[in-house]
Amino acid sequence: MDILVLQILNSLFYASVLFLLAAGLSLIFGVMGIINMAHGSLYALGAYVTAWVITFAATAVHPAVLFLLLPAGALVVTAAGVVIEPVLLRPLYKRPEEYQLLITFGLLLVLEDVMRFVWGGTPLSASPLMDALGIVHVGEFVYPTYNLLVIAIGVFAALGVWAFVYRTRFGVMLRATSQDRRMASALGMNVGRVYVQAFGLGCFMAGLGGAIVVPSQAAVLGMGVEVLVLAFVVVVIGGLGSLEGALVGALIVSFVRTGVIQFYEELELAVLYLIAAAVLLVRPTGLFGRPQ
Amino acid sequence: MILGNNGQRRSIAWRWALAIPVVVVLLAVPAFAGAYWTQLLTYGLIFAVAALGFNLLLGYTGLLSFGHSAYLGVGAYSVAFMVRYWHVSSMELYILGGVAATAIVSALFGVVCVRYTRIFFAILTLALSQVLWTVAYKFFWITGGTDGLRVPYSDLSLLGGLIHFAGDDTYNKFIHSYYYYVLVIFCACVVLMWLIVHSPFGKTLQAIRDNETRARFLGVQILQYRWLAFLVSGIFTGLAGVLWVPLNGLTTPDILYWPQSGKIVFFTVLGGFRNFSGPIIGAVVYNFLEAWVVGFTQYWQFALGVILIVLVLFVPGGLVGTLLRVLTKTTTSMQTKPKALT
Amino acid sequence: MSLLRTQKLVKHFGDTRAVDGVDLIVSQGEFLSLVGANGAGKTTLVNLISAYLQPDSGHIFFQDQDITFLPVADRIKAGIARSFQLVNLFDDLSAFDNVALAVFSREGKTRNLFTLAEKDDAVTQETLEVLREFGIEDKRETLAGGLAQGERKLLDVAVAHALRPKLLFLDEPTSGVSTRDKAQIMDTVSSVVRAGKITAVIIEHDMDVVFKYSDRIVVMQEGSILADGSPDEIRQNGEVAAMLLGAPTST
Repeated sequence: MDILVLQILNSLFYASVLFLLAAGLSLIFGVMGIINMAHGSLYALGAYVTAWVITFAATAVHPAVLFLLLPAGALVVTAAGVVIEPVLLRPLYKRPEEYQLLITFGLLLVLEDVMRFVWGGTPLSASPLMDALGIVHVGEFVYPTYNLLVIAIGVFAALGVWAFVYRTRFGVMLRATSQDRRMASALGMNVGRVYVQAFGLGCFMAGLGGAIVVPSQAAVLGMGVEVLVLAFVVVVIGGLGSLEGALVGALIVSFVRTGVIQFYEELELAVLYLIAAAVLLVRPTGLFGRPQ
Repeated sequence: MILGNNGQRRSIAWRWALAIPVVVVLLAVPAFAGAYWTQLLTYGLIFAVAALGFNLLLGYTGLLSFGHSAYLGVGAYSVAFMVRYWHVSSMELYILGGVAATAIVSALFGVVCVRYTRIFFAILTLALSQVLWTVAYKFFWITGGTDGLRVPYSDLSLLGGLIHFAGDDTYNKFIHSYYYYVLVIFCACVVLMWLIVHSPFGKTLQAIRDNETRARFLGVQILQYRWLAFLVSGIFTGLAGVLWVPLNGLTTPDILYWPQSGKIVFFTVLGGFRNFSGPIIGAVVYNFLEAWVVGFTQYWQFALGVILIVLVLFVPGGLVGTLLRVLTKTTTSMQTKPKALT
Repeated sequence: MSLLRTQKLVKHFGDTRAVDGVDLIVSQGEFLSLVGANGAGKTTLVNLISAYLQPDSGHIFFQDQDITFLPVADRIKAGIARSFQLVNLFDDLSAFDNVALAVFSREGKTRNLFTLAEKDDAVTQETLEVLREFGIEDKRETLAGGLAQGERKLLDVAVAHALRPKLLFLDEPTSGVSTRDKAQIMDTVSSVVRAGKITAVIIEHDMDVVFKYSDRIVVMQEGSILADGSPDEIRQNGEVAAMLLGAPTST
């Protein structure tokens, strides 16, 4: 029974991170029609930056202050996103989709090597945060309190994004632009600004995902691509461009993953892809995707 | 009578005439280049075969695959399995087995993937190749895991046993013979692919790429054509995997990993995917470029990423596309000049 | 003899009754115009018959065979082809290849992987013949995307025509071109259609064009057929003429 609780907590932990990542990917696609191949690398960048900052500060400041530094990765990634959109992506909106995929792929290659250059091959983590919160007891097992915080952040992020997109003026502009770019611009909206904000927000979510995961799991090279593939599975199941889809997809992927790892670890990805393939065969646009 | 086509035919004859000196130079390479350069060029020709296959999808059918490492890997691993489990040493049998295996895998993957286009197609192909990668990585008792499986050239025999490399100091002989072996297959593949893209089938693929709806209203059954293109594309890339493994000496899960797919995408864009010869040039140039960049930095991925970004932003036609544009510009300006003078 | 017959054909989009129980008969060899205001259901009707859309209910008979559920490819094989209102071509292929593809497809040669397309002299001849008929032979090497609007319109019809249909639907073949080009396009199209003894159904807004070229006119309104008759009959039907010409006719 207790082990079941642990597994559920693990799944929720993972779902929180995956949701942040997939929702960002989906948001960017929904508004701009671009799949950002470098999204996972931005997540990894967020993880590295946070781990780096916290490792530096750990000796100098009180652990409580360290928590304020947690979002550092998210902020750096947002800043990167705000530069990337106008410089790299904007010139390509009128070109065929292949070019947009290719340029974000180029970005992925660059980011992966930048991280290798700056942080090298040694794993980097922000464990002081994890240690600061201690553990909770689940029956005869123990569970890191920090992971509960991540789950809380995940829930909060889901609510926040939902409120943002459906309850604010900016959200209205975002949805209007995603439905009809030309109409939105004819109505006097600054589409360029909406794009950069949407891309920035998507990057922020990726960076935040990396930042909150790194106190509990070390940042390593290649983590970006690994998680990118999982995020793809999430959005394929949930439906590209849908936030509800990202949430449900993240939950499905996390629980299935936890379950499969329990029994036969080798089949983890294969089972996930089978689910994705099955969903695609039944509903080509994913569970919550809108028909094109 | 068929005036319109005489002009076209002549230009095609001209292009093939251009290929003759290229083949002559390629034939002479081992005579003046050392083993190192010959080996690099062999890699280049092998990846050119993969790129030819890849570009049938990207350039001619309009489908961007991020998972072509799967077919390289299936080709390579089928050879490795034949060596490990059946002790086969004949290159011709490797080719038969590898091509058959990739045909089966790409036929199956194709059924799933060609239902989708654009981003979904890219994601699905990437996902499926990653599945194969995890399988190769995790089922180590069959695949050797990260250590991979060895395919030593010393056990290899070419042309039904006519040429083999047993004994000491046979490396140079192997590089030399293998280069010519690959060159012949490469030439055959070029001719074959050229025929395919200029066949009614190839034209139909381009029609589907340009306008799927209209193609449907010509009575074309889109999915069947996409699937067949997918299959042919996979087989070419699989053949490249077969050719690659004896030269590399072993195969590891890396050949199935996404950066391999990225590499194929990269050199196709480098050469230019709207040209027949673009991917070929791109593959050969890429291999020298990689060897050169790796020579002075371990951060070659960074260099490739930057080059890719620059290509997409400023040179979307790739090397060949841009060269052709410059050439046509100069020839037309040479033709128009006398008019301007009079 | 009727070539095509629809029976209580229905297609609704939500609350919009785009096609609402249409019984249309097209006779062998006629040049029929389908007219009506925007949203009257003309294009939807053509979309249903050409298998671009599936009807909600009703039947379509072609040469007395029920083709309601035949897929596109089979309807084309049966002899139904169409052009498109918004020009729909293979923009990165030459005008020649655009037409040649239709010929290859009709002859079932598109599955040939290992023959050169241009070595097929029969197809080449026929393609050039079609281009000549439409007066765009000298543009054969131009990419379809680089043609002028009038030429693109002609090529669009030429591609459909190269399928050698028994029944050819032309969805606004002259929309978006100048008045002068209009006459030229219509002259070309009607002479090709009449020379080939093809039955043609044309959707057209320009009533001058309609009255000049049609054998019969079918007027649609809100998804139903309002009137059906020869150009003279339609012209004399005051109510219909008023609606079509947009104002009460003084003549």
